[in-house]
Amino acid sequence: MAEGSLDIDVLKTKLGVEWEPRSYPIESEMVRRFTRAVGDPSPRWQEGNITPPTFVLAIGFEQFVDDLMSLAAFGTVLMGGTELEFYQPVKLGDVITVVFKISSLRERQGKMGKTVFMTFDSTYKSQEQELVARCRQMVIGY
Amino acid sequence: MLKQPTTKQLVMWAGAVGDYNPIHYDKDFAQRRGLSGVIVHGQLVGAFLGQLMTDWIGGEGILRKLSCSYKGMNYPGEAITCRGKVTRKYVEDGQHYVDCSLWVENPRGEKTASGMAVVILPFRLPSGDSGG
Repeated sequence: MAEGSLDIDVLKTKLGVEWEPRSYPIESEMVRRFTRAVGDPSPRWQEGNITPPTFVLAIGFEQFVDDLMSLAAFGTVLMGGTELEFYQPVKLGDVITVVFKISSLRERQGKMGKTVFMTFDSTYKSQEQELVARCRQMVIGY
Repeated sequence: MLKQPTTKQLVMWAGAVGDYNPIHYDKDFAQRRGLSGVIVHGQLVGAFLGQLMTDWIGGEGILRKLSCSYKGMNYPGEAITCRGKVTRKYVEDGQHYVDCSLWVENPRGEKTASGMAVVILPFRLPSGDSGG
């Protein structure tokens, strides 16, 4: 499906620009689905109100992908890496506001056609405006 | 820590985080892109390493950083081993920090992911590895 060049002009206009903040209430069923998907049976996530640190990956990700695909019609997207910093645990009942930003973008002509290497930075803040986590994700799209 | 993701698990992960990339559930799509079959989500591998760390540090420890680079494809049905080892212990601002290097091996012994973690423990760690 390489006919026609991948148009990333609109994507480029978003470099360095913060995307719309989106807020998500953290509910026990969301956490349960996450821990079950990872296969992490630790009672810590069932009994208390704290969530596993990597749970932030589930907060706002679906919307992020929709937003990204509306900016460039990638045929394939691959994750290159993830970096996370945790400041406070995310707790059940929190409302977490997520903001994404493209922090770097590089394009290359490869055998798959135009390939775009992107870095996304996202911040996660609680309802008290406290920064609970940061994430950096390396994404490859073509 | 041994994990053997199944295609069902990939579906569960897709639903849990909202990652509906067809490369993880549509075999035809994956094969058209030169893969032998659907692949495991990189972030799920990252979450495995997160579990490796939280299992190790227990309730009193704090995970401060976790990073993971997805170097190779993991395929469902293959047993993968998540491992870590302590690389540095230090005190900063009165807290006991431990740096760990992490990696994931496929059944052929190839590293499909590597990364690091930084944790804070409530006590000084005696010498030893975190193992796998």
